[in-house]
Amino acid sequence: MQMTITEKILAAHCGKKEVKPGELINAKLDLVLANDITAPISIKEFRAAGAKKVFDHDRIALIPDHFAPNKDIASAEQCNLLRQFSREYDLSLYFEVGRMGIEHALLPEQGIVVPGDVVIGADSHTCTYGGLGAFSTGVGSTDVAAAMITGEAWFKVPESMKFVYTGKLGKWVSGKDIILRTIGDIGVDGALYRAMEFTGEVIKKLPMYGRLTICNMAIEAGGKNGIIEPDEITEKYVAKRARRKYKFYKSDKKANYVDVREYDLTGMDPQIACPHLPENVKPVSQLAAINIDQSVVGSCTNGRIEDMREAARVIKGHKVHPYVRMIVIPATQAIYKQCIKEGLVDIFIDAGAAFSTPTCGPCLGGHMGILASGERAIATTNRNFVGRMGHPKSEVYLSNPAIAAASAVLGRIGRPEELK
Amino acid sequence: MKFKGNAWKFGADVDTDAIVPARYLNTSDPDDLAKHCMEDSTNPDFIKKMKRGDIIIAEKNFGCGSSREHAPIAIKAAGVSCVVAKSFARIFYRNCFNMGLPIFESAQAVDGIKEGDQVEVDADAGVIRNLTSNKSFTVAPVPPFMQELIAAGGLMAYTKKKAGL
Repeated sequence: MQMTITEKILAAHCGKKEVKPGELINAKLDLVLANDITAPISIKEFRAAGAKKVFDHDRIALIPDHFAPNKDIASAEQCNLLRQFSREYDLSLYFEVGRMGIEHALLPEQGIVVPGDVVIGADSHTCTYGGLGAFSTGVGSTDVAAAMITGEAWFKVPESMKFVYTGKLGKWVSGKDIILRTIGDIGVDGALYRAMEFTGEVIKKLPMYGRLTICNMAIEAGGKNGIIEPDEITEKYVAKRARRKYKFYKSDKKANYVDVREYDLTGMDPQIACPHLPENVKPVSQLAAINIDQSVVGSCTNGRIEDMREAARVIKGHKVHPYVRMIVIPATQAIYKQCIKEGLVDIFIDAGAAFSTPTCGPCLGGHMGILASGERAIATTNRNFVGRMGHPKSEVYLSNPAIAAASAVLGRIGRPEELK
Repeated sequence: MKFKGNAWKFGADVDTDAIVPARYLNTSDPDDLAKHCMEDSTNPDFIKKMKRGDIIIAEKNFGCGSSREHAPIAIKAAGVSCVVAKSFARIFYRNCFNMGLPIFESAQAVDGIKEGDQVEVDADAGVIRNLTSNKSFTVAPVPPFMQELIAAGGLMAYTKKKAGL
């Protein structure tokens, strides 16, 4: 039988030669993940079940990144639950403040997730690792509790949708624009329960950071997972990092897709998702009259070193608009250090931006940049739901890092070409 | 199992940030979370007005966005007996079966029920009745494995049995 990459990875993890969409399987997991928001419930369920040991103390990652460094006493208690549980069960993949980063940037960077893996995480953006050619998907805390005991999870094998991108990307257009364009096309439930496989000449040339950004937002179209076939670019990225053996899976030529969509990206403007859904996508050229109060560059979507470089390149020599707060948050400590080494921190601070330790922080309205009533932000994050970054009467526009940086200088949504 | 209560209607794509905003996620206590149930939705006063046993009726893609299990926990702890929607976002759907919030898919029922109508959901018969208008609607069948999970008492009870705990 001809299979997609998603089907092949799932088949290999449940000991079958082949699997079909709709089939229910029990898959062995390579990694189980939770954070300071979701792990407390998992830990409570784990203990309530009377479990005495975890399935593998080297395959459970607990990462306090959302409300950490602890933003208040209640958050401190939650982070402490992770810390104590990790010590009790000798978990090797607990990352303390000072070593931690945003989970979905940290795990690929450290070679903890690798191509061919099956990963579940109690965080919806766990789908990010599809950028490496892994099957990874977000689940709830109870799924993680069960998986910490058994090392397995049940899945319905998803149908696959194929997205083919051709053409030449314009300047200041990146992975974020590709995925926003796609979500704008199919809607926030356009890929509900399905695998989203991204391919075509644009993807084949796209660097790893762009691939991770695209797969990161598969959930914003309702997708179960996003995935990209691993290739030489993947090999170059993982060869020096992988802590485990990895395997490249590829879709068969005649694999079955429920839908195939093609996009010619030549001439595409940078894309912006307007409030209050990621599907409300417009080209930046249509939004020049929108004033902003805050610009956020960071998150699991766009907090990697290349994103930092892109924002720095735009803002170098300019000043953040007097009415705007710009907040830059590198996703991991390694990225933070690299920003120092390359002089990017100087560029941001000289421009009048704040530069923060890694945290999910403002992306989900946690801390480090909450919006007041009536305020508006442009952000390289992934969601713009009502109240997502603060007050229910605030607004979030989603963009790539270059647009967020240019807008910080202009005081309104705009593009790098407009900076004098 | 039967559920009876008044209907509260919500639109399409209700996200889990609307069901329980992230600013309250520094706790996972069900009663604390319930206080903020639907706070950032189109009906911020829902929790003050609803009565125990009431039913949420929503359009497509209910529970999209974040994987937070705090969302179904808040709905359940608020006393909502069940949720009926045209469709559910995947992680939310999975979470409900895992932790025990009854949910039902029925486009007909969503179109045939108005805010405030008295509704009865007969899970065993697969029927939703609008007692106010005296109309009945069928529920999409629950997949066999999900029925197994419900019968076991949720994923943890199922896992305990499987792991011999």
